[in-house]
Amino acid sequence: MLDFIIYLVIGIIFVVGSFAAAYFFSPHHPTDKKLATYECGEDPIKGSWIQYNVRYYLLGLAFVIFDVEAIFLLPCVLVMKSLGLIAFIELAIFIFILVLGLAYAWRKGALEWI
Amino acid sequence: MIFYFLAVTLILSAILVVTLKNIFHCALFLIVAILAIAGLYFHLQAPFLGVVQLIIYIGAIMVLILFAIMLTSRISDRLLQTASRQSIPALLAVIVFILLALKSLDKTPLPAHIGKNFDPILDLGRALMTAYVLPFEVVSLLLLVALVGAIALARKD
Repeated sequence: MLDFIIYLVIGIIFVVGSFAAAYFFSPHHPTDKKLATYECGEDPIKGSWIQYNVRYYLLGLAFVIFDVEAIFLLPCVLVMKSLGLIAFIELAIFIFILVLGLAYAWRKGALEWI
Repeated sequence: MIFYFLAVTLILSAILVVTLKNIFHCALFLIVAILAIAGLYFHLQAPFLGVVQLIIYIGAIMVLILFAIMLTSRISDRLLQTASRQSIPALLAVIVFILLALKSLDKTPLPAHIGKNFDPILDLGRALMTAYVLPFEVVSLLLLVALVGAIALARKD
């Protein structure tokens, strides 16, 4: 507990202290050009809020599914050795059903970037 | 001490989720709330549940929610309506929920009895591989259905 508090306090002091030192000791002469998003001569055209491609969402959906699969596999893989062949077959069925899903996604072109 | 720190973080960020006007900021504070819940799980000695919370909710679900927000065109212009005129039904629902929670707390023998050699991850795996093998395979089928359904819904053609 004491260790935790010491780490917490030192961490906070480090972050706040370095930002405060930069704020107090560095010179401030802001101009419009300096405050621009890209400080190298490129003028931004619109706001930073753009509409993302729907492909990201599809990949995100597929990621959620296989994330859950990975979480389910972890405890089973850890005990698989002690349970022998039957556990291996059970896990193989589990993975086979999900590989069907992956094959479907692949076939339908959900993994391709258009 | 750690519990109260996590609980206060959770409640404050949950309040911000429902009161902030910018939906993107709401999603970011939802991440803080989920992190606090994961911390509670670790604190209550349920490390596997905590890892599941971190990997699935923060790693996958929140990414999906943020993508969904950024996919929606011109959502940033709109401010959310955060006040509701349904306060009396909401109050009733909260009271019913608290009564039910107290009732189920009353029926739970606390502190929960845990065997000497209890290992949350290994025992879960053993249960999934022996007694609960059918639900385990059904989970796989459910994930397959979710994946196929998601692709069918999200594709334009």
